Amino acid sequence: MTDTRGLVITDLHVTVETEAGTKEILKGVNLTIRPGEIHAIMGPNGSGKSTLAYSIAGHPKYTITQGSVALDGVELTELSVDARARAGMFLAMQYPVEVPGVSVANFLRTAKTALTGEAPKVRTWIKEVNSALDRLDLDHEFSARSVNEGFSGGEKKRHEIAQLELLNPKFAVLDETDSGLDIDALRIVSEGVNRYAAQGDRGVLLITHYTRILRYINPDYVHVFVDGHVVEEGGRELADELEANGYEKYTKVATEA
Amino acid sequence: MTATIERADEAGHVREAVEAVESHLHPKPSWNVADHPMPTGREEIWRFTPIARIKPLLEETPSDAHLVWEQTVPEGVTIRTLSEAEGRQLAAEAPVDRVSALAAALAGGAQLIDVPAEAELTEPLEIVLRGTGELVWGHIVVRIGHHARATIVVRHEGRATYGTKLDVVVGESAVVNFVTVQDWADETVHGGQTSVLVGRDAQVRTVTVSLGGSLVRLTETARFAGPGGSLEQYGLYFVDAGQHIEHRLFVDHNAPQTHSQVDYRGALQGKGAHSVWIGDVLIRKVAEGISTYEANKNLVLTDGCRADSVPNLEIETGQIEGAGHSSTTGRFDDEQLFYLQSRGIAPDEARRLVVRGFFRSIIAKIGVPELETSLMDAVEIELAKSVSA
Repeated sequence: MTDTRGLVITDLHVTVETEAGTKEILKGVNLTIRPGEIHAIMGPNGSGKSTLAYSIAGHPKYTITQGSVALDGVELTELSVDARARAGMFLAMQYPVEVPGVSVANFLRTAKTALTGEAPKVRTWIKEVNSALDRLDLDHEFSARSVNEGFSGGEKKRHEIAQLELLNPKFAVLDETDSGLDIDALRIVSEGVNRYAAQGDRGVLLITHYTRILRYINPDYVHVFVDGHVVEEGGRELADELEANGYEKYTKVATEA
Repeated sequence: MTATIERADEAGHVREAVEAVESHLHPKPSWNVADHPMPTGREEIWRFTPIARIKPLLEETPSDAHLVWEQTVPEGVTIRTLSEAEGRQLAAEAPVDRVSALAAALAGGAQLIDVPAEAELTEPLEIVLRGTGELVWGHIVVRIGHHARATIVVRHEGRATYGTKLDVVVGESAVVNFVTVQDWADETVHGGQTSVLVGRDAQVRTVTVSLGGSLVRLTETARFAGPGGSLEQYGLYFVDAGQHIEHRLFVDHNAPQTHSQVDYRGALQGKGAHSVWIGDVLIRKVAEGISTYEANKNLVLTDGCRADSVPNLEIETGQIEGAGHSSTTGRFDDEQLFYLQSRGIAPDEARRLVVRGFFRSIIAKIGVPELETSLMDAVEIELAKSVSA
């Protein structure tokens, strides 16, 4: 029997509509991430890393023309955005969206209710929320603020990771969660990801341009992503090599190809 | 064209000279019905209004009918009937259109709601005006004495064809929240004028909530009786299929060191839903050191709706602190919906969250806690009717 556990991406092709016409961004992505594993995807700007994240989550801007994304054997590409989340997929966004007038508390409760099919018990839930905020060094008053409105860059990212902990999905895609964070926030956010991963049966796909977040989060595998697909795979040592030498060696190949 | 004239204010004191500004946007106020000829629909102030539907409020048809009043009146506050002449004398401003001119002329006198000077109302003064299906003309004068503090809520319910002139005269240094809710039954036609006169150093906040009725067309004018006054005007409207809801605001900065802020928000849904928001601000030469900002946001929820939004600033002095306006009309933000859905929230629920948030953020701004719950409830009722597909 085929092993369908975790996130299995097979020959994924994705296009986007631009002014110049349809453009293929992902050109055959293959990736398997088993429960309990942390994979880092590293690549230069414009390589399609964020497109991969959005395509997995189902953003309407991107069209999947070929291939498959399956989570524990469930084909996500056939599901709506919210159904993918209910199937266990979570995307921590690079640019979390402001939703004026919707409080963090209301948002979290609505999301939890949607994911589990029943409203969380008021007393225990408020405690859970507050302790998640504490762990991410956010005030309890944070609950009363409108989602992402007026948040600093660091607050937005910490809020994403607070959601990760509270909603506790099967699988998390973290899209440049490290971007725009100072060193303290980076540490706090990384600890949150590590707590989530430490449950042992969750999968993490960590998308990043820089290696600095990998000083705090130890990936089991590192993939180099260039021109819409994975060009090299290795362990943590690959990240160290990228830190030293950059992406030049890979981008050159892509240009020449 | 401007000209300088001398004029006396309501208290009879000669006020410093202000210019009379001739503008097609705000016609000369007059109690004389003949000064407001039957509109054709091509006039600037009538061009957005379906004339045929508001016709009953443009024709000089007498009526003795009244709305049914139910009120909770805090101690010290009185309500009494004035003669037509007294009503004119105490009014904040003369009628600026035919509907309000007819209302004042045909109402058979005015009702005076009197909050005495220095009264501090701890509970809101609530008045429910209920229509019983008839043609009604009404003139109401609300007078708030100097240094008084009051929250006044006027709620319109039932079915009526209602032409109205409503004056709110706020004394020096008074602090007032004045709320009207148009929660009419479906067939109602409601037109008229609400005029606010902000006393020296007074702080006035108006909230206009228009939800029900077939056609609601309210002209809201505001002026200052002296320097230092502050005026905030908030509006909420929810326009369903076939409804026409029109708010026409005119803030006249006719005194220095005054402040105004206008923020109206509406949601539209269903075929033929039509909202109109006109936000005129005039900053007269005398109005040095003022600040003003007006904003209108419309959220279009379905196809077949139309939102007209026209902000307009006329500035006659550069010696001001600030003046600005903004107007946005748009559909649901796809990125907001994606974000919410990516957390498992179904599309319908995500849309409801966004609409609730859209209104909640202005309701929070209004800052009248006793109103928040009832306003959010009203939004919920409108949401329940609709926001799905």
